[in-house]
Amino acid sequence: MGRDSTLGTLLVALVLCVVCSVLVSSAAVLLRPLQEANKKLDKRKNILAAAGLVSTNPADKKATPDEINARFQARVRRVLVDLASGDVVPDSEEHPYDQYDAREAADTQEGSVEIQTDGPTNGRDRREKLAFVYLVMKEKNDEKNDTKNNGEVTQYVLPIYGKGLWSTLYGFIAIDADGKTIRGITFYEHGETPGLGGEVDNQSWKNQWSDKEHPKLAFDDQGNVAIEVIKGSVDPNSDEVAHQIDGLSGATITSRGVSDFVQYWLGDDGFGPYLKNQTN
Amino acid sequence: MAEPKPKEVLLNPLFNDNPIALQVLGICSALAVTTKLETAVTMAIAVTVVTALASASVSMIRKWIPNSIRIIVQMTIIASLVIVVDEVLKAFAYDVSKTMSVFVGLIITNCIVMGRAEAFAMKEGPWLSLLDGIGNGLGYSLILVVIGFVRELTGSGKLWGHVILPLTRDGGWYEPNGMMLLAPSAFFIIGIFIWVLRTVKPAQVETEG
Repeated sequence: MGRDSTLGTLLVALVLCVVCSVLVSSAAVLLRPLQEANKKLDKRKNILAAAGLVSTNPADKKATPDEINARFQARVRRVLVDLASGDVVPDSEEHPYDQYDAREAADTQEGSVEIQTDGPTNGRDRREKLAFVYLVMKEKNDEKNDTKNNGEVTQYVLPIYGKGLWSTLYGFIAIDADGKTIRGITFYEHGETPGLGGEVDNQSWKNQWSDKEHPKLAFDDQGNVAIEVIKGSVDPNSDEVAHQIDGLSGATITSRGVSDFVQYWLGDDGFGPYLKNQTN
Repeated sequence: MAEPKPKEVLLNPLFNDNPIALQVLGICSALAVTTKLETAVTMAIAVTVVTALASASVSMIRKWIPNSIRIIVQMTIIASLVIVVDEVLKAFAYDVSKTMSVFVGLIITNCIVMGRAEAFAMKEGPWLSLLDGIGNGLGYSLILVVIGFVRELTGSGKLWGHVILPLTRDGGWYEPNGMMLLAPSAFFIIGIFIWVLRTVKPAQVETEG
């Protein structure tokens, strides 16, 4: 049987395919647990970073995986929220928290609703009905065995996502327990141009969102979403300074996208009802 | 062609027969992943590993590969290796793989890998092919690292994520060159690199006409 005969060709192709698929699938299966762990850790790190509980500043020492997990377990609880009503859906047989994935739900017909709002949107047609909100609890004081603080929420970390220029940006925004002061923002997944739109990862830009001396307010006095990423730099003497964030230079569309989807997620079609429920 | 010597096979692709500068293969990815040194180095390692293993495996089975499907066979081997590399990166270097995103998968389309499999590994033994793969991977790496170095330094004022030139927007003195972060700048740097290389080694200049 020659190697160039039809049979030989088929045989070689078949053997090659089997060998290669075994190789690829065993790599995928063997490495899956590690990859999942990495993803989970990265998400946790970003939730903590949005809330200001770990530093993502490159100059600081990186938090180790153990530190991140320990801090996350000590300080963060998650609740599933029905976005339309703002009610919390308890962890139950019907809605097991461990199996719910908001991103998957947004792609299914039954798990999502059409986005209908007059205001800015996140660039998508549909959004998930239920979303996780991460509650940052007050630090427990173990020494004094003070149980009074247990259950007190200091920040709400909300998952946000929306279209930038090239990609969908995924991130978290942390809102203070007062329901309107922004405490920080992070993005854990995006494909914007490095150096331009990719500067959403730039620490000094993110610091504007978490400025403690001049905190940014998500809502105005009437309770309407007011936070905005403007084009250019914020004028420090402007009346709107508490509601404005510098645009990213060279990244107009990314800045506008971030501005729009942050407004969308804080608005009535997003987490607005939930935040109002919490503060009333 | 005389019998190739292992040392030459390994080292020639660095300067004498550089895959990017002389063979002008694999330019696309050289533009995409070189805004930062870290991604450039990771990409360089990934491509070197894939090229080396692909050449070695193609060479090992070259006597059995039917001529009519040889390109497909090479592609299958390369694609499998790339997926494995991608999975390994996701498992062990998650942050880097996040920034490289789709470009790891695009190693499949890197002409260097298939170019070497077709031009070298189909004719030579596995050991030489492995060296040839490593050599060409290193030649590619050299260019990538040089471009990554220049682009990260002039575009972001950093090297390997550490601030070297403090930027004006962070209160320093260096006004970054935004163009260096866009793909065309890599073309300019490759062009300059080829110019310098051919000035030093005039034998590489193509004769006109």
